[in-house]
Amino acid sequence: MDSEELTEQETALYDRQIRVWGVDAQRRLSKSHILVSGTKGTVIEFCKNIVLAGIGSLTLMDDRLVTEELLSANFLIPPDENAFSGNSLAELCCDSLRDFNPMVRVSVEKGDLSSFGGDFYDKFDVVVVSCCSLSKKKLINEKCRKSPKRIAFYAVDCRDSCGEIFVDLQNYTYAQKKLDDTIERTLQYPSFENIENFLVFALFTGHSLENRGRGDDFSQSFK
Amino acid sequence: MASEEQLLAIKKAKVLMVGAGGIGCELLKTLALSGFQDIHIIDMDTIEVSNLNRQFLFRQSHVGQSKAKVAREAVLRFRPHISITPYHANVKDPEFNVDFFKQFNVVLNGLDNLDARRHVNRLCLAANVPLVESGTTGFLGQVTVHIKGKTECYECQPKPAPKTYPVCTITSTPSKFVHCIVWAKDLLFAKLFGDKNQANDLNVRSGDATGSSEHAEDFFERREDEDFEQYGRRIYDHVFGYNIEVALSNEETWKNRNKPKPIYSRDVLTGEFVQQNGNLDKNSHIDDPSTVSAMASLGLKNPQDIWSLVENTRIFLESLKLFLGKREKEIGNLIFDKDDQLAVEFVTAAANIRAASFGIPMQSLFEAKGIAGNIVHAVATTNAIIAGLIVIEAIKVLQSDTNNYRMTFCLEHPSKKMLLMPVEPFEPNKSCYVCSETPLLLEVNTHRSKLRDFVEKIVKAKLGMNLPLIMHGSTLLYEVGDDLDEDMVANYSSNLEKVLAELPSPVTGGTVLTVEDLQQELTCNINIKHREEFDEEKEPDGMLLSGWVQSPQMKKVNHKQVDNEDSTSIVSQPVHVETEDVNETEIVVSTGTKRKSSEISSTSSIASAASVGTRSNQKPEEINDDDDDDLVILDGHSDTLKKKRLQ
Repeated sequence: MDSEELTEQETALYDRQIRVWGVDAQRRLSKSHILVSGTKGTVIEFCKNIVLAGIGSLTLMDDRLVTEELLSANFLIPPDENAFSGNSLAELCCDSLRDFNPMVRVSVEKGDLSSFGGDFYDKFDVVVVSCCSLSKKKLINEKCRKSPKRIAFYAVDCRDSCGEIFVDLQNYTYAQKKLDDTIERTLQYPSFENIENFLVFALFTGHSLENRGRGDDFSQSFK
Repeated sequence: MASEEQLLAIKKAKVLMVGAGGIGCELLKTLALSGFQDIHIIDMDTIEVSNLNRQFLFRQSHVGQSKAKVAREAVLRFRPHISITPYHANVKDPEFNVDFFKQFNVVLNGLDNLDARRHVNRLCLAANVPLVESGTTGFLGQVTVHIKGKTECYECQPKPAPKTYPVCTITSTPSKFVHCIVWAKDLLFAKLFGDKNQANDLNVRSGDATGSSEHAEDFFERREDEDFEQYGRRIYDHVFGYNIEVALSNEETWKNRNKPKPIYSRDVLTGEFVQQNGNLDKNSHIDDPSTVSAMASLGLKNPQDIWSLVENTRIFLESLKLFLGKREKEIGNLIFDKDDQLAVEFVTAAANIRAASFGIPMQSLFEAKGIAGNIVHAVATTNAIIAGLIVIEAIKVLQSDTNNYRMTFCLEHPSKKMLLMPVEPFEPNKSCYVCSETPLLLEVNTHRSKLRDFVEKIVKAKLGMNLPLIMHGSTLLYEVGDDLDEDMVANYSSNLEKVLAELPSPVTGGTVLTVEDLQQELTCNINIKHREEFDEEKEPDGMLLSGWVQSPQMKKVNHKQVDNEDSTSIVSQPVHVETEDVNETEIVVSTGTKRKSSEISSTSSIASAASVGTRSNQKPEEINDDDDDDLVILDGHSDTLKKKRLQ
């Protein structure tokens, strides 16, 4: 969507959320391109939410084949073995996600993200990784940081009743609304490499943060 | 995550979901993925386009179909072997009686209006079934647990009724844009396009009963020799020009207020060539009346633009013409519908012109539509979070894990680095008339108020009873039912029209009335106190109900009780449109009746953490929205809570 104004269709569909974050944020969302590697659990929730929000495109990477364990928290894939027939997780999720919002381009990319070159990364505004080793996450984060354009990096994992999200928005300037006026603030995010121990986002008495990954995190990263 | 016992409890559980919308879709998905196998779901609505940004079980092709049924089909696709029983019905229907509710281990609400929530609350109390309540608006949300006898019921802390405005504010002295919307929607639109037989305060003027009101009846009818343009301008000049001048003639009203300016079309549309039935032709190729639009025919494309007075005037006249020319059959029966583009255009324009007259800033169609249609802003993520929390509480309930029940508030911005705030549920309010039979007090002029007023405004509206029974001692004054014989029906009808003091069993000061709703299994005793005078503005109904005794250490705090209906309507028309909206609330929080008060020191902090100024009608009594540091709730107790967290 390159036009400046939202189409009538978009205005009708996104009415309720435009009332939350405004037309400008919606426009920026519609121009954004997101890459997701590792389609399981939390990340699938994220994919659902971000597609519903109306981004420009979502690219999925996950060459693993379906297993019962991988299906357990996956509401995108019907448990029909015939439908699996050699399709990867990403391919199966892709079909369902397209249904959620026909205005978002959902596609699949095969391969190992950590081995791809900078020009591949440059296509995206946000990279979300899950289900991979520490060293791979570090590598992917570095590639995001090397890009001339700012690529937001998120590493997400969820186990039992604990979840963690690592966020790197590099140099991030945003507007903070106080009572009477708006202040500009800048944050310097440390890279993955600079973090020695993860902050485990603990949960109150077993509350699961599986559903994090809100629209507002992302709309802010486009400001 | 789940232990063996939890898994077993989940597998055996029979769960009722009320609502298959924003929260409902996420909740059904999460329940299914969590292993629940027997789910019943009630929802009376059908799917609309604006739902699709978050109610992800639905597709464009499903628009118009039952939410409960489509949700079920969508979930069965990824969990084919579980049982989901859908009901495309209103939860207030008699089929959902106490016996129906008794079959469930827990009831999970995903509703969007106060009325239904109260009804379900009462049925859960009557059936002694735990209730997990919830609500979301934008980025805010909350989940609460209600167990009879152990925690507060949903109504222990009074929720405010939908916002209404005094008639005179709407008809004579608007000061906010919303007043102009209500005028445009409930008065002007209703007068021009709605039921002509319905009483309408459009031409109400304080203390003016002149002969001109005689032909006021026919004034709004189009004359035989009048074309659309002339008619439109005549109406325009009357409501925005003449009526204002008449209002101005009453000096008293404007002593301490800014005076409005009369606006006449000839002054606004200077030099415009008046076209007979003007732009009707641009829309002539459109056969479908529902797509007719004044914005389209005038080339105004962006609903976010704020139109000038000239543009508003043009829209006003054009939309009026289009109604008359393209939708004449509907005139006389039209009710304002936020999805009716032309109606929204007309109301926006009319409200804006009135606003301009009174010096109130004008708004875009987008904004106006939100106000007029009581639209709740909503995103998918908050619903997803809340649904997750609901399931967590539901699992605790199934295991009777009483000590761990929590009310959880989802904030817009983290407070002390926490986005979710869990709080222990409070003990039942001993003076709650719903769960702890407490008598109420009604002050009323027993010689002026009729039984009908009592039934509509108090028993149904305030007490939330659906099918009430009213008794004075052993005399039945009124009841509703299918099996009543003719004599009784006639008796009740005549009772409704009598003033209280003249009822067969006279109701005067000192009388105790018993009101009951058999379906909700709720009985309430009301002590009557006679009072002569009532303030027209503050007590427009002429009746005052009180009786919730507040515990000693109540602190009034400001928290958004999210997602309750809030109809922008005027007092004289208490029709509660069942649409979604936020209702800002003053939650009265008692520090004295918490079960483990050592854990949480000050409850005013709930407000400071929870209140955010996103809605314009919020009273910023205790806003503390700046810093992240003031979650007093944790000061000095952070260690205790940390320990709890990392179990």
